[in-house]
Amino acid sequence: MSELGTITFGLFIIVAAVGGAAVLTWFERRLLGVWQDRYGPNRLGPLGVYQVAADMLKLLTKDDWVPPFADRPVFVFAPTAIVVAMLLGFAVVPFSPDLYLLDINIGLLFFLGMTSLAVYAVLLGGLASNNKYALLGGLRSAAQMVSYEVFMGLSLMGVVMLTGSFSLRAIVEAQRDLWYCIPQFLGLFTFIIAGVAESHRLPFDLPEAEHELTAGFHTEYGGMKFAMFMLGEYLGLILISCMITTLFFGGWLGPWLPPVVWFCLKVFIIICFFILLRAGIPRPRYDQLMTLGWKIMLPLTLFNLLITGAIALWLEG
Amino acid sequence: MLKALASQFRTLWTILQHSFTKAETVQYPEQQPYLAPRYRGRIVLTKDPDGEERCVACNLCAVACPVDCIALQQGVKEDGRWYPEFFRINFSRCILCGMCEEACPTYAIQLTPDFEMCEYDRKNMVYEKEHLQIEGTGKYHDYNFYRVSGLAITGKDKGQAQNEAEPVDVKSLLP
Repeated sequence: MSELGTITFGLFIIVAAVGGAAVLTWFERRLLGVWQDRYGPNRLGPLGVYQVAADMLKLLTKDDWVPPFADRPVFVFAPTAIVVAMLLGFAVVPFSPDLYLLDINIGLLFFLGMTSLAVYAVLLGGLASNNKYALLGGLRSAAQMVSYEVFMGLSLMGVVMLTGSFSLRAIVEAQRDLWYCIPQFLGLFTFIIAGVAESHRLPFDLPEAEHELTAGFHTEYGGMKFAMFMLGEYLGLILISCMITTLFFGGWLGPWLPPVVWFCLKVFIIICFFILLRAGIPRPRYDQLMTLGWKIMLPLTLFNLLITGAIALWLEG
Repeated sequence: MLKALASQFRTLWTILQHSFTKAETVQYPEQQPYLAPRYRGRIVLTKDPDGEERCVACNLCAVACPVDCIALQQGVKEDGRWYPEFFRINFSRCILCGMCEEACPTYAIQLTPDFEMCEYDRKNMVYEKEHLQIEGTGKYHDYNFYRVSGLAITGKDKGQAQNEAEPVDVKSLLP
């Protein structure tokens, strides 16, 4: 692609991701409604889709308030950081054989790095708020993200081993015969759990846990700054879904339909699955979360790694 | 451990099945829910079958009210009937518990299946007697307190009520 084309496409991805995240707020509520035998927002416009605009209008017209006891620069910086980190993660996603921004040979590492950066936003937001609940939320998120980061990276190493590359395009191409969700089902399982924890969505939303920590790390946030946190969360959801599609479900691969359509379709289904998780699974206790991470998930990923390595060596002869 | 995991998956499956069940929601303003005749909503004051107001201003409702939202003043008419000079219910306080209805000895105060009483001004939530009084008898069509009670009013002396014996001269019972 030409330089201008790359910039245009980059801007398009940003707009599409942010727009997608905005529509997702409405879509999630509707879908949760379906699964909980109610309607969700259905008043504004066809199927209630204008609810997105109404919510945005409301958040934009709110007072942009910073508490006097907060650490102002950090307080303002935190919500930006999460959105920027998540948007940067989209740079390496290959949407189709021709549609991608960056095809670097460390694409997967870049993605892992960007999602890890998001922990700073939560941590700094919790710290800068100078509020007990926010601090507790920040502490929790730091511990949770560090714990789940460990096996999030490791769970993908099986995929890397089978492909022999960190480049996401190469990983998709390597799945032409068989999607990695079958040979790497343990990796997929652990990565989904790590992904939910990483984007701290329900059932792993302990940093916010509204029933015990009011709103956790964003207790003191309001208006557009709060909206940025929510945007970051939904961007994270889309990004993780994109990654699962790319790494385990053959990315753009699929018959008949154009590659981009296949990609979007798979991402959509995985997002629905994440919403289903939210609708179904209760939030674990904090120590249960830690136990799950360190005592079950980490050994499981290491086991997966071991088996994958052995099989890869055996196949090479 | 595996059992716990299976339970989680079963949860997800059960919830997925709910994609095909109908929503329980009643779309309220367009779709009115059924309210039973004995639903506890807006409070009214009823009249007896003769068209006289039933309330005898005994204050029992005001006493029974757990949130003290009822205020009234007793007065006596020339024929001996008691009546409320004013009767005021503050619906911004009322919790629609129905204790007043249960306490009322004359079926005067009754709760109706109507709850749509929103107001923009809180002052408008205070209902006076003319707002509460209705023309009908409410849930009890034949009941008239003065016809069954022993109280003497003009046109009905002691002992003349329904199922009431003539008053006994206690001094005649002396040994």
